[in-house]
Amino acid sequence: MTTATASTERRAAPAERSAREVYRDTVAELLPREERLVVLDSDTGLFGGVDFGDGTDRYLNLGIAEHTLMGAAAGLAREGRIAVVNTMAAFAASRALEAVKLDIALGELPVVIAATHSGVSAGHLGPTHHALEDLASMRVLPHMTVVVPGDPAQTTELLCQALALGGPVYLRLGRGATPALPADAEPPRLGKAQILRRGGDITLAACGPYPVLAALEAAELLAADGISANVLHLHTVKPLDTPALLGALGDQRHLITVEEHWAAGGFGSAVAEELGALPVRVHRVAMPDAFVPVAGSQRQLLEQGGVSAQSIAARARRALGNSGGGTR
Amino acid sequence: MSSPPLLRGTPPPAAPTADRPVGPSGAEAPRGGAELPEVITRIREHIVTMCASAEGGHLGGSMSLVEILAVLYFRVLRHDPRFPGQPDRDILLLSKGHGGIGLFAALCEAGYFPAEELQAYARPGSHFTAHPHPGIPGVEMPSGSLGHGLAVGVGHALGHRLEGSERRCFVVMGDGELQEGSVWEAASVASAQRLGHLTAIVDRNGLQISGPTESVGALEPLSDRWRAFGWRVLEADGHDTEALTDALSLPPDPERPTVLIAHTVKGKGVPQIEGQARSHYARLGRRQQLQLLKALRADAEARR
Repeated sequence: MTTATASTERRAAPAERSAREVYRDTVAELLPREERLVVLDSDTGLFGGVDFGDGTDRYLNLGIAEHTLMGAAAGLAREGRIAVVNTMAAFAASRALEAVKLDIALGELPVVIAATHSGVSAGHLGPTHHALEDLASMRVLPHMTVVVPGDPAQTTELLCQALALGGPVYLRLGRGATPALPADAEPPRLGKAQILRRGGDITLAACGPYPVLAALEAAELLAADGISANVLHLHTVKPLDTPALLGALGDQRHLITVEEHWAAGGFGSAVAEELGALPVRVHRVAMPDAFVPVAGSQRQLLEQGGVSAQSIAARARRALGNSGGGTR
Repeated sequence: MSSPPLLRGTPPPAAPTADRPVGPSGAEAPRGGAELPEVITRIREHIVTMCASAEGGHLGGSMSLVEILAVLYFRVLRHDPRFPGQPDRDILLLSKGHGGIGLFAALCEAGYFPAEELQAYARPGSHFTAHPHPGIPGVEMPSGSLGHGLAVGVGHALGHRLEGSERRCFVVMGDGELQEGSVWEAASVASAQRLGHLTAIVDRNGLQISGPTESVGALEPLSDRWRAFGWRVLEADGHDTEALTDALSLPPDPERPTVLIAHTVKGKGVPQIEGQARSHYARLGRRQQLQLLKALRADAEARR
């Protein structure tokens, strides 16, 4: 399959465009001409009104049946297809987890699980629709690649790379629009961290749209205090680009991870696992160990949970203060 | 075929006399085209011998499956053991993964690998674990966690339909397995998608680990349940090879999937344990093994 030929040219994404819509449009563009591709939908309504043209028979809305979708995706993959499973993160990563593990991951099958509404992006829909556990459950599965596009423009590129990978991929998407990352960011490559800003005192490693933006903003706040920070964007949680982290760290002693996930088991935990043998302190800025049973926008809920530029900057100042110095 | 080492202690099999070709695809009759009853006896012998390994095995639910698997591999499926992944094959998924040793024995007799390989069953480092996975030739999916096979079968059947082929997919399930909700989720989807080339087979031996299914988590009226889900329902004696062949050779109903409820006996072929829940898992001693192999062989001779 030549998904790499899809429209991957980097275009300036309109601000405030949803990655979910970009993903939908990319799939709609690919399905008619990529004959191996099959899309299984769980009646999310995302593809309502989309004309798939020659690919119409390869879009299958199987109904509200997430376990069956995962199993059927595995069966289709064993028949030589590349399956995209469209559902929400909460249902992909928790409800249907055993089917993902045994039917898809164990077989190393080419299935892209497109999981929308991740993190707290479902906002007012409440804790049943939040997914703050999915990185933890997905990244521990052997063979699974775990990707979190940082903005709408990246979504097309990373989706195409995921489809061409030939193995299982968990593609973590949000619900609503998120701002575009700075236009001069390097083009994303699956498994490769993007260095958004260089600094000598501390490294901020972020995963997910708002965490990356918060890290960039925190770096500005810190700069005003005379602290210079690296900002790394790790859109791929698994495999983790450990060499990029080590390269950025150099002889720095503190690294702050930022993510839209419970602190336990997510991106920060993955980084801490990788760096556990080094004399580097990993500070995790993540959602606290609590459900979020209140309404609010994605950004509001994250800020209430402490995932914000201010918390990152405060953590950085504290870390550097505790370790005996600010700038070096 | 020469007597495989696995079956040490049993007389060599009688000279084969082919009465049926293997599969409509014209795949070569493996093992010289042995008669089905002889194949069935040998499958049971393999099962008994694996249950006499250091780890033991799932005896009862494998014995109840034997005729179902034998009829599928020797009379119904289009497959070629020389090319396990050939693209035009029919698909057989053993969703009741605890029938794994029954599947291994049937695959061996069908010609997917030599019987010697079964000696490795459950030994450290062996791919022959109690529950099957695709590292073993002929195994199409990993199974053992119940309630997975039907959904995967839905995917195969959707794939077959997309390619416009007449290929069929068979999913063999246990009756206790039907207590898993995922079975009925997949049953709904299969029916809604009108997957006529999908056939489920329920090994209705009536028993699960703690006792009768009807005491633990009642399934009856089982055929009504499947009908209510939109399936064509067939029933047969799951040890009657002619009845099974007839049911499984029926042309698919283009509008709906088919389920065959195969009434079986847990532990079939071992009178000491037939119909007893405790036959679910057994670790047979050497003496028991030889007794059972002798009884199976004697029974086979008596049927001639």
